[in-house]
Amino acid sequence: MSNHISETTTHVSFREEKGRYKGIFAWIFSTDHKRIGLLYLYAIVTFFLVGVSLGAAMKLELIAPGKTIMNPEAYNAIFTLHGVIMIFLVVVPGLPAVFGNFFLPIMIGAKDVAFPKLNLLSWWVYMVGAVIALSALFMGGGPPDTGWTFYAPYSFKTNTNMLPAVIGAFVLGFSSILTGINFIVTIHRLRAPGMTWFRLPLFPWTLYGTAWIQILATPIVGITLLMIVGERLFHIGFFDPALGGDPILYQHLFWIYSHPAVYIMILPAMGAISEIIPTFANKSIFGYKAIVISTLAIAFVGYFVWGHHMFTSGMSGTALYTFSFLTFLVAIPSAIKVFNWVGTLHKASIQLEPPFFWAASFLFVFMIGGLSGLALGALATNVHLHDTAFVVAHFHFIVFGGVGFAFMGAIHYWFPKIWGRMYNTKVATRGWIMFFIGFTTLYLPMFFLGIDGMPRRYYDYVDRFHGPNIISTIGSWVMIAGLIIILVNLIRGAKKGPKATKNPWGGKTLEWEVDSPPTLENFEEIPVIKRSPYDYR
Amino acid sequence: MIDKTTQDASTFVSQVDSAFLFIFGVALLFLFAITAVLVYYIFRYRKSKNPKATHIEGSTKLEIIWTVIPTILVLVMFSYGWQGWKSQKEVPDDAMQIKAIARMWSFAFEYENGIVTDTLIVPKDRPVKLDLKAMDVIHSMYIPAFRVKQDMVPGKESYIWFESEREGNYEVFCAEYCGLRHSYMMSAVKVIPEVDFDKWMEENTVAIDENNEGTNKRLAGVSVLRKYGCNACHTVDGSKLVGPSYKGILGSTRTVITDGVEREVFGDEEYIRRSIMDPNADVVKGYDQGLMLSYKDQITEQEIKDLLEYFQSLSE
Repeated sequence: MSNHISETTTHVSFREEKGRYKGIFAWIFSTDHKRIGLLYLYAIVTFFLVGVSLGAAMKLELIAPGKTIMNPEAYNAIFTLHGVIMIFLVVVPGLPAVFGNFFLPIMIGAKDVAFPKLNLLSWWVYMVGAVIALSALFMGGGPPDTGWTFYAPYSFKTNTNMLPAVIGAFVLGFSSILTGINFIVTIHRLRAPGMTWFRLPLFPWTLYGTAWIQILATPIVGITLLMIVGERLFHIGFFDPALGGDPILYQHLFWIYSHPAVYIMILPAMGAISEIIPTFANKSIFGYKAIVISTLAIAFVGYFVWGHHMFTSGMSGTALYTFSFLTFLVAIPSAIKVFNWVGTLHKASIQLEPPFFWAASFLFVFMIGGLSGLALGALATNVHLHDTAFVVAHFHFIVFGGVGFAFMGAIHYWFPKIWGRMYNTKVATRGWIMFFIGFTTLYLPMFFLGIDGMPRRYYDYVDRFHGPNIISTIGSWVMIAGLIIILVNLIRGAKKGPKATKNPWGGKTLEWEVDSPPTLENFEEIPVIKRSPYDYR
Repeated sequence: MIDKTTQDASTFVSQVDSAFLFIFGVALLFLFAITAVLVYYIFRYRKSKNPKATHIEGSTKLEIIWTVIPTILVLVMFSYGWQGWKSQKEVPDDAMQIKAIARMWSFAFEYENGIVTDTLIVPKDRPVKLDLKAMDVIHSMYIPAFRVKQDMVPGKESYIWFESEREGNYEVFCAEYCGLRHSYMMSAVKVIPEVDFDKWMEENTVAIDENNEGTNKRLAGVSVLRKYGCNACHTVDGSKLVGPSYKGILGSTRTVITDGVEREVFGDEEYIRRSIMDPNADVVKGYDQGLMLSYKDQITEQEIKDLLEYFQSLSE
């Protein structure tokens, strides 16, 4: 024990706290929600960079028709891995695992989550799942080439090594379920005295909605993936018509999970944006209750729209218009949120700082993502656009634009709280501009390609599609340059940046009342809540 | 979409494109309006210009307005989309029926009189119904110029129909990922005047009869290759694709792997038959197992004979 630290500072941050273990073990065996949040962060950022490299390789291949840098086997494996890594290892755990773990207890005035040991177990299960999924790369048969959707019966016919990817995704599901349970119990049981449901900040509200989806939807994908294992190993005919199975059943089961999973990804992103905007507007959020209700509405209606991934699969007409109708309904609460975020800026006093730039650009790219989804929800236009580059563009505007921009906003927003230091805001702004330009240049041309009829998952294409593909590839380079600037700036800030104060942005939620970085137990005394979370009067 | 050259490629184009234009128009309007307000607010209410924020918590009236208006708009979009789609499932009774067969990685079209082609040839101004069938994995018949797409699921029946109003050649793509050569799985629709179509039908029926009498074996062999889409994976000029080339296949010795053991086989009739009926029994070294499916119960004895004659000509 170093007496030195305890003499000079009465507050020991969670980063310096001495526990039972030393070195790396003090982290990987820690049950502190903040350390676990950071463990997730480091793992997710690593996987994200792998996913980005794979994506960049795909874009480079597509810069010209014919073979550019790889053969079709490699390309098919790379887009599959890109999808599996980005969806199951990065975006689904994403904001809840990193910022949810770190900030949920602090924002509701608790010392930790309800089940700290379970929380640590979730991280370990996540890592085990990730290792299993990635082992597909190095074991016989070669990496899987089915696309991240593992559609039957192709996934039963291919000789590639798809079982590890499927089993990995199955294990990862448990991590998701355990985190969901933990968050629900934490929000129900550990709110500080006086924090009624309508005094709960909006980020915890979205974590709450997300947690319910995690618990209720994830088991379905678990069962489905087990059925694949049973079919591949024991030839039980669930999905393969050659064995008497039904490939469409697979698609239903897959999307019953994977559609709500999109809301697992986007809801916490919306939550982070709802925190950033009032802080930088120095103003209460507009329509707090409307945002809460739309969060719950999205979480609920989001369960019943999975069929819109299957409009061309041959479902009955009744199924088609029901799913199309429900899909349009789920657009409404998202629109309400956008209006309320923009409304918050009315008569505000806006601090122009990097987290706000990310939040404002989130609104722009999220709107493009959401509005392009309308053309996919309508049946007549869906038939033409389904399985084309248009869908890829739409999806990346929502998941990379929406979730990615919110993640960037969140890390720039909470950075001084997590590391107790500040990054260079000028460099951060430059990185943001570069990333934003690169991102839109990369994905906007894909809308045109899709409208023009270019199918997705295409290794090669006819000459007519060449132009937009060149622009798109150049965009990927600009975006990666922006990403490098952002990362280098953040890493330098965490190591050498100037010390940050308790509340550098003037936020009103509870995390800004504790030390930067927080102490092990966050609060010396549990606060009593007497006001709304965004009281800027 | 919204391309002049495909404007009346099929009767669906105008419906689908007008639904798209409506949705796209509303979307762009919202995108520009909200972005403009956002940018205006950022400039107008930035801290240096407006140091003190006004306290506003919300407005029930506004919440109702911006719930009701989008609701009405999306319901209009829904009904546009539904109506545009409905006509794609209402096949006219007089539609000409053609069977479309997909396998890794080719399309084949079988006409009622028995002609099989790798390009879809259809008459102008006449409804055509394609009965879709997939032999191995899921494929998807996609004709962008006609705005139609339908998955082809093994073991399931499905169909699309269209009526083209403009002569021309239109691309056919496979839109559902189906493995190694997915992006090369394409074909074309050739829309020709009805008189030319009838003539073509007549001529080809005759040609097939002649073939059966054994006058032009080379053509017969090529048409078998096309019918079963063999040329999606095998070439006739000696170059390597997914499977070995047919050039010199008869009368040469090759190394194959049988049950994991390497052995030499001689390319004779028996070897060809085994390779068609049980393709994974002997796999030529350097090629992947499991990619080719058996053509047992599909290919006829006459067709195998035609193929053998054709291969003979390739080995000379």
